[in-house]
Amino acid sequence: MPTDVVMPQMGESIAEGTVIRWMKKVGDKVERDEPMFEISTDKVDAEIPAPASGILTEILAAEGATVAVNSVVARLSGEGEAPVPAGAPAGAPAAAPPQSSTASATAPAEPPAKTAVPAAAATPASPQAGANAAMASDVSQEASGVSPSDATPVAKTPVPPKAAQTSTEKTTSTDASSQEDSGNVAALDERRRTKSSPVVRKIASENDIDITQISGSGISGRVTKKDILDYMEAPQAAEQEHAQQPAVAPGSRPAVSPMSFKPGENVRIEPMSVMRKRIAHHMIVSKQTSAHVTTLFEVDFTNIDKLRKRYKEHYAERGAKLTYLPFIVQALVSGLREYPILNSSIDGESIVYRKDLNIGIAVALDWGLIVPVVKNADEKNILGLAKTINDLGERARTKKLSPDEVQGGTFTITNPGIYGGLFGTPIINQPQVAILGVGGVKKRAVVIETDNGDAIVIRSMCYLALTFDHRIIDGALADQFMAKVKVAIEKGQFTL
Amino acid sequence: MAIADTQVPVAGGETTYLEAIRQAMFEEMERDPSVFLIGEDVGVYGGAFKTSAGLIERFGAERVIDTPISEAAIVGAAAGAALMGMRPIAEMQFIDFIGCAFNQLTNFAATARYRNGNGCPIVVRGPAGGGVHGGPFHSLNPESFFLNTPGLKIVAPGTAYDAKGLLKAAIRDEDPVIYIEHKFLYRRIKETLPAEDFVVPIGKAAVRREGKDLTIITFGAMIYVAEDAAKELEADGVSVEIIDMRSLLPFDEETMLSSVAKTSRVIILHEATLTGGIGGEFAARIADKAFEYLDAPIKRVAAIDTPVPYSPPLEAFFLPNKDKVIAAARELLDY
Repeated sequence: MPTDVVMPQMGESIAEGTVIRWMKKVGDKVERDEPMFEISTDKVDAEIPAPASGILTEILAAEGATVAVNSVVARLSGEGEAPVPAGAPAGAPAAAPPQSSTASATAPAEPPAKTAVPAAAATPASPQAGANAAMASDVSQEASGVSPSDATPVAKTPVPPKAAQTSTEKTTSTDASSQEDSGNVAALDERRRTKSSPVVRKIASENDIDITQISGSGISGRVTKKDILDYMEAPQAAEQEHAQQPAVAPGSRPAVSPMSFKPGENVRIEPMSVMRKRIAHHMIVSKQTSAHVTTLFEVDFTNIDKLRKRYKEHYAERGAKLTYLPFIVQALVSGLREYPILNSSIDGESIVYRKDLNIGIAVALDWGLIVPVVKNADEKNILGLAKTINDLGERARTKKLSPDEVQGGTFTITNPGIYGGLFGTPIINQPQVAILGVGGVKKRAVVIETDNGDAIVIRSMCYLALTFDHRIIDGALADQFMAKVKVAIEKGQFTL
Repeated sequence: MAIADTQVPVAGGETTYLEAIRQAMFEEMERDPSVFLIGEDVGVYGGAFKTSAGLIERFGAERVIDTPISEAAIVGAAAGAALMGMRPIAEMQFIDFIGCAFNQLTNFAATARYRNGNGCPIVVRGPAGGGVHGGPFHSLNPESFFLNTPGLKIVAPGTAYDAKGLLKAAIRDEDPVIYIEHKFLYRRIKETLPAEDFVVPIGKAAVRREGKDLTIITFGAMIYVAEDAAKELEADGVSVEIIDMRSLLPFDEETMLSSVAKTSRVIILHEATLTGGIGGEFAARIADKAFEYLDAPIKRVAAIDTPVPYSPPLEAFFLPNKDKVIAAARELLDY
């Protein structure tokens, strides 16, 4: 029996995935659960294990192809069976996926084909009328069947959540009390936010709108039908869409003169990876969304250095590598508790205080950047934080993070000092309102005041840069928060 | 026997829901000699609610037949007569007791056309519904018991016009029709009806109120609950559309779906208990055929899943009301 290998659903809101690399060739023997290919989705990159043992007889989605989830990307045959010849009628589903992957691969940034859109619905001038006309025709011709062009999985795919975030889903604070529930609540909130409702998805796909770009007034920040219709009616909607597209392809921003390189020029042109496009999009959207301001604090890490030295081996015995990060996270938590607005989000004209303290940690990868999240960081001691951070980092680098682990962040730390940077001014990870950039810890001669007068001493110093959203956080408050964090770090009193 | 003038209905003018039913029977019996009425106390007494007052005087005891207390016999006899070419109206003194005639309706009358090639043109009618402190034997809304029986038709008028027009349509129909009249509306609803003959076609819903933000799909006495809720919501700028289904089997899918397409938010409101109620069928149909037009979950407002309580405060708690509808509406509007 041949076994179909499909593009897995890596998270609720994921509609498609890109095959990055095949680790097996046609004709290779594959063991069940052995990594077969690598994919990149809007949430995570992952290695996909073989669903069964057998011989890889067919690869239907080439490297670089983007296909809808559950599309067949390859076939395995049982050992000893003859390989299925390419193009053999091996069942109905076989016909569609290659077609869809080709379509997507050639135009990865384009929305699903809109072939079946009734003419009336495509008139942006009267979206309401359009939507209703579409309905009327649907109802009256409910039995009219599917048009041929509608039959490919791509045409059926809901609008891809382009901005499905790396740890940036929107969570309203809810009264859902128990900690066990908080994950589910976050998932539900995210589903509402990214999937909205059937009618909104339909309007969005017919008009090629990314609903994550619309501010939602519904439950969990959901984009309601009214929100999307208002958005379409607003005069700037069209320009905004245009302005945002370049976020994915910066080369075509209206402000910058469009660059076009021709073959033969002394350049090398590489298409951006899915992750790169996603990062590009997030960065621009964040810059367009928040009023970024950065404040800079010089913090003395000497006491943390002492603690690290003292506990390093003890922690190593318990399987944890003790870096500065767990201490910084714990100091941050004390600041966030006192100044919860740093742990909030903006929802329309409301400030949403997020009760969970979920700290995202940016992890640099050879192929990009990902932000796994330390959930409920306030509930962990230094050992717990160290272990969690080690584990998330390791799995980020080996592409073994689950979608859940890059979602739900409420505050982010990034580490520009890792390669010796003095400090950086990071961009906020939406929909959060602040991000801490940790510079390099370096021994410097500093002047301190003692009872016996001023003295020059050698201390381990570090610049901490806080970028905050000035829409809701004023400078004084941001500095008070940072002062609190600074004191926590310098005192060196931690829950070990 | 002489007939008192007041007992001869005069069509047209201000007419109660109850009088509309009496007029429909009277006029149809005048029009077609094969129409007759059979039931408990329908003759000499004129019906427990006086829906058949004056009929026996006008048409005689052969066409207005008082029976023993046996609904199985009433419906069975009516179904037999229908197969022999008559057009009986079988009255259940309270629709609750239609359960006694369940076999005659579902196994016999409903399958007649399939088995014989002839329909079984009976109308089984009776007072349904709560809100009158009737307790468990006198408050039932039985539509969903019969919904799963192909071959039956079910209507449930909520206005005097529909009460008359649907009863006439039911009597003229070639197949068995269960006609559910709401006793709470008997004398509370009064409308000016046309003097001339009219029918309301079975299978057509009516838009009772046009709106654009939210649809309430309902029927029977609940159309007034929906109306009260709609008025209160309107004060807050919410525009509610009310669809009176009035025919429950077959029901008007097109009107229902068009309204959902327009508003994208829907409450299904019925007086029968929630679980297994007709609202589930409506909801499934909407989810199936108008899924892409929904902007919020489909909400049902219905009675609580218990027997109809006798105690007035408990009955008030049990029944759907304006506040429950508004609460559901708010939930959908905030969604």
